[in-house]
Formats: sequence, structure tokens, C-alpha cells
Amino acid sequence: MRKHAITALNACVVLASLLLLWQLLVWGLSIPKYMLPTPWAVARTVAARYDSLLTSIWITGEAAAGGLLASIAVGVMIALVFAQSRWIRRMFYPYTLLLQTVPILAIAPLILMWMGPGILSVMCVAFIICLAPIIANTTQGLISVDQNLINLFLMHKAAPAQVMWKLRLPNAIPSLFTGIRIASGISVIGAITGELFAGSSRVGVGGLGYSILYASAQLETDYLFALVFAATILGFLFFFIMMFLEWYFLHNWHESARTAETE
Amino acid sequence: MTETREVPHIDLREVTKRYGSAQPVLENISLNVRKGEFVSIIGPSGCGKSTILKLVSGLTPITSGTLLVDGMTPANAREIVSFIFQDPTLLPWRTVAKNVALALELDRSPRDTRVDRVNALLELVGLSHVAKLYPRQLSGGMKMRVSIARALASKPRILLMDEPFAALDEMSRDRLNEELLRLREELNWTVLFVTHSVAEAVYLSDRIIVLAPHPGRVVHEITIDLPKPRDARLRSSPAMDDCIAIVSRALRGAHTR
Repeated sequence: MRKHAITALNACVVLASLLLLWQLLVWGLSIPKYMLPTPWAVARTVAARYDSLLTSIWITGEAAAGGLLASIAVGVMIALVFAQSRWIRRMFYPYTLLLQTVPILAIAPLILMWMGPGILSVMCVAFIICLAPIIANTTQGLISVDQNLINLFLMHKAAPAQVMWKLRLPNAIPSLFTGIRIASGISVIGAITGELFAGSSRVGVGGLGYSILYASAQLETDYLFALVFAATILGFLFFFIMMFLEWYFLHNWHESARTAETE
Repeated sequence: MTETREVPHIDLREVTKRYGSAQPVLENISLNVRKGEFVSIIGPSGCGKSTILKLVSGLTPITSGTLLVDGMTPANAREIVSFIFQDPTLLPWRTVAKNVALALELDRSPRDTRVDRVNALLELVGLSHVAKLYPRQLSGGMKMRVSIARALASKPRILLMDEPFAALDEMSRDRLNEELLRLREELNWTVLFVTHSVAEAVYLSDRIIVLAPHPGRVVHEITIDLPKPRDARLRSSPAMDDCIAIVSRALRGAHTR
């Protein structure tokens, strides 16, 4: 417990020093406000425009969560197909790599063109960026089952469906969560990227991406910083929710989910 | 019941197993196990001990020869055979009780009697108090007991055991040996047991088969004429030492061939 307190204190001291350095630099070099606002100015903007920031976080969060959930549903189904045979994997797996390597910035305008502006397009961008890690990790979990366990099931004349439901799927859950954890971080990036192109479905207020575009056009640099801050918070929030779910479902039996407890 | 003594429960006649076109793993193996007999297979690594179990269980097909289990092909005899692997092979996401219940689920045994049967099986191996724990909370010996309870759930008449106690410390191994004999007294299985340990083989078996490697073949068959039922006192007896010496000599012969 004491050790935790000291770690937290250290982190706070580092953060405070960095903020102070930032403040002093802006003052000392007399950098104009539209280039780099002081941390104090950013804090005041956060306080003053709290409501619209929260709305933006909510809108982007919705799109990111929608994309993430869709990618989990579709990704697991694709992984189930991939787990059927090495042949299927050899034929189709390269395309999931393609999904991972294609620059999302390049296809976002296409999605916008096909689906029109609005939250669906934004979700779709988040979905595409999340899909590859879900497929890759779940497939790995489904196929890496101890041969002796498979032999055990064979000795009991288990049907393929039983091997899938009672053995492969539960075996894949830890790796599925690894995939979800990776995807949850990038789902927010995907949603913001989508919003840069697809904007908002509601007039006047928009998600983080839309607001970032707006603030940079208006040279409201302090608001821009506040939005970066908000986007970081949203990313962390997603990550921690997923960490919690992982812990909740796995801590009884899986080693990887127990490290937080034993440390 | 006139045929019980005549027909071997497990019968291998000139069985050869080869993977691909390489040298055979097993060549011209002939061995049989009578009903209710406890036979151990011992031999240096690479002699195909575990492969014999895989063949008898039907997990791997034989290349040539004849192999009958209870008068049937291995694949058809699976219902009366349980395989206990070297690792406990428990499902980490299931509790001890649910792991034992797995065998009942896969065998499609009636739902309403499952709980009672699981409890009875856990009682049998002395694990009732850990029924709700997960495998990672158990010691190696306890995990092995769960594995044995699960194997017994199918009410097997033949047990195939592939170095089941090799990973345990000597104390747990000895205790599990004694319990295995006690259970066998009660349930009267036919057992085919693979091990590295001469002392374990002598203590448990009615008969020991010594294999030599490259290719795997039978070089000795030694009948162990120690009194039954056997208990821990036997371990330190001169009679047991004599048997161990005989088997050890045979095993050394198998190494140098």
C-alpha cells in the first residue's frame, strides 16, 4: 500500500513539473496564445466548455463502441470459420492482413461517399480498424488447443460442435480479450478519424473529430488542447472498461488476468 | 463366464506402426492383456511405449497386424476404454466438479443423475472438499486425481495410463499408486500402464513388458509374483527388491541392444 502511494506521488511530481515547465516556457519565450496556450488557459477552457466537451466525448464514444461491438461480433464469426481448416486460413488470412495495413485515412473518404455522413459511417471506420486484431487473436485462441484435450474429446466420441463449444471457444476467450483490448484503444482513433471526414449528424455539436476540425479552423488552440485531452480520456476509459471486463470474466481461472490481484 | 480366461481383453498380434516411410516406431509387436490384469510397459525413451496406448485407444491407426480390444476394433471399443494422459488435461475454466462432469456430458449420460455421480466420483478419489475450486488452485497430485475421477466417470473396463504420475513428487506418486491399487481391487479394471519407473511398475503390475527401441519391439515379459493385495509395507520388502533387480537388468539389456 505504501509502495503504491509513493509511486502515485512520484507520478504527480513528474506531471506537475512538466506542467510548470510548459507554463514557464510559454511565458519566457512569449509564445503567442494561438500557437501554444498555457496549461492554465487550457484548464480554464475545459471548465468553461465542459458541456460541449462531454457531448463530444459521448458522440465519439458511441461511434467507437458501436464499431467495436460490431467488430467483435463479425470478427468472432470470421474466426470461427477460420478455425475450421488450415486450408481456409491459407486462402483468406492474407486478406485480414490487408485490412490491417490499408491506411484508414485513405479509405475513410470512400466510406463517406458510399454511406453518406453520419454516425453509421463513423462506426464503419471504427469497425474496419478494429476487425483485424479481433480476427487474428480469436483465431489463434481457437486453434491453439492442447492436443491431449482434443484426444480426450475424441475418446468420448465428441461431435465437432461439442469440441467447438466446450473446448475451442472457451479456450479462445483469453485471446479474444487480448484482441478486444487492442481494438478498444484503436476504436477511438478510428471513430475520430471517421469524424474528420463524416462529421456530425447533429447540427452545431459534433464528436471529437468534428470539433477538432472546427477548433483548428477557428485557431482556438486552447480548445484544441482540451479536445486532445478529452480524446485521451476517452481512450483510457475504453481501455479500462475492457480491462475490467477481462478481469471479471477470467480472474477465476486464467493466469494473465490475475497479475493485478497478486501484485 | 467361460470365455473370460480365454479371450485376451487387449490383443496385439504382429502389430507394426510406422509414420510415413520412416523406420517403424513399433515392429511386430505381439502382446496381450487378460481381463482384470495389470500390465506395465517399460523401456527406454523412443521405444514406442506411448504409441502402443495410442493404438489401443484408436487415436492412431495401426499400419499392419491385428489389434482387438474386447474383441472389437479399437475405434468401436472406445466406450469401455478410458485414457489417462501424462498431463492432467483439465479444462482451466471449469471447476473440479465441472471437469469431472465433462465426461458425463460428452457421454450424454442422463442429466438428473450427473450431480450425484460427480459427487460419488470425487468422494472416491478423496476430493469432495475441493469440488468448487479451479484447477490452478490445486497441487499436481490433486489435479491428477481429478483426471482419474473424470476417467472413471465413463465406467471404463479398460484403463490406459500414459506415465500418469511422472510429473509428481515421489510422495504423491507413492500415495496415488496405493490408491490406484485400492480402486482397482474395487472396480477390477484391465490396466495397460506406461511408466519410466521400475519400482512403480513392479509395485503395480501383474506383468511387465520390456521394450527395446529402434524399432520398438518386445524383448522381455516378466511376471511379478508378489502377493496381493499390495500395500505400502511391500515397498521395503526383499521380495520387491528382487523383482526390481530382475526388471532393471532386463531394462539395461534393452538399452544396449
